[in-house]
Amino acid sequence: MEHVLGFVALAAGLIIGLGAIGACIGIGIMGSKYLEASARQPELMNALQTKMFLLAGLIDAAFLIGVGIAMMFAFANPFVLK
Amino acid sequence: MSIEEGAVQAHEAAANAPTAGEYIGHHLTHFNSTGHPQASIIDFSVINVDTLFYSVTLGLLTIFLLWLAARKATSGVPGRFQGAIEMLVEMVAGQAKGIIHEEESRKFVAPLALTVFVWVFMMNAMDFLPLDVIPNIWQQITGNHHAYMRVVPTADLNATLGMSMGVLLLCVYYNIKIKGFGGWVHELFTAPFGSHPLLYPVNFAMQMIEFAAKTISHGMRLFGNMYAGELVFMLIALMGAAWSASGTGVALWVGQVLAGSAWAIFHILIVVLQAFIFMMLTLVYIGQAHEGH
Repeated sequence: MEHVLGFVALAAGLIIGLGAIGACIGIGIMGSKYLEASARQPELMNALQTKMFLLAGLIDAAFLIGVGIAMMFAFANPFVLK
Repeated sequence: MSIEEGAVQAHEAAANAPTAGEYIGHHLTHFNSTGHPQASIIDFSVINVDTLFYSVTLGLLTIFLLWLAARKATSGVPGRFQGAIEMLVEMVAGQAKGIIHEEESRKFVAPLALTVFVWVFMMNAMDFLPLDVIPNIWQQITGNHHAYMRVVPTADLNATLGMSMGVLLLCVYYNIKIKGFGGWVHELFTAPFGSHPLLYPVNFAMQMIEFAAKTISHGMRLFGNMYAGELVFMLIALMGAAWSASGTGVALWVGQVLAGSAWAIFHILIVVLQAFIFMMLTLVYIGQAHEGH
């Protein structure tokens, strides 16, 4: 049982960590492109802003779902029989 | 005191003060029609009463607020409330106009999008209430100190998948309405790769996967965000609960206040954003049903 708990703790860390890497790279690339685009064409700023927030939510979602699952593993561990 | 008595007392103390896992587990259990926690992952005979109650109540509240604004609407100088609702309606109408080009469908879909946006926002915003307030009041009312109650309907997968399946049904309806039943079936078998008898099964499989993936990700995205948000609030609450139990407690208390405020402020963004995304995806999916391939 102890080693199951250890593996689940490692898994929770990996889920959050790898998810965070992906989400941060995604948000970073998108944010930099948005700033670049709105510096080139400031008149498009408002139209692009809506789309950027929409995409930020989409990128964030997978990561936050991962955080939710990792938290569930940590606190209501389904792998250990009670 | 004998050893057994000591053991019994320790057990009772443990039962009175829940561990972190028990606290979280208790807060993640729905008040459902069976009266005890749901045992299996999928069980269609269980009805989550709390989810139904809060979602319907908030839906009625939404309708009431918008009705209030519409009833008092004046073509003269609008008040603040009317101004805010007008901005909201114009924003949604603008988004709908950009995505769905059929005037006829927009008469139904634009108000649908507004309803979805405001309703999902209200349900998400239940997260801002202090975590234990409503469950505690409910436990006082029922007199059962282990009564279950969850107040965020969108943190229940049943609610979000129910809404996304509603959107799926609307997609099917508009596919048939715009393209005709024959036209839609033709599209199902020929759409992504082209019209060739050998490609029919591949096309059909792709279309089915697309519909399933759209619907599941639509519901899961909202659920995942709200569930994770609720869990983080629970963890922050646990930090406060550990305050009295340890010697270095004051730091934990300060930490709880700081972390709670920071997360609540960040959560304002998530709540509005997820409601907006749910609305936009509803519009996009229904808009896709209008476009022929």
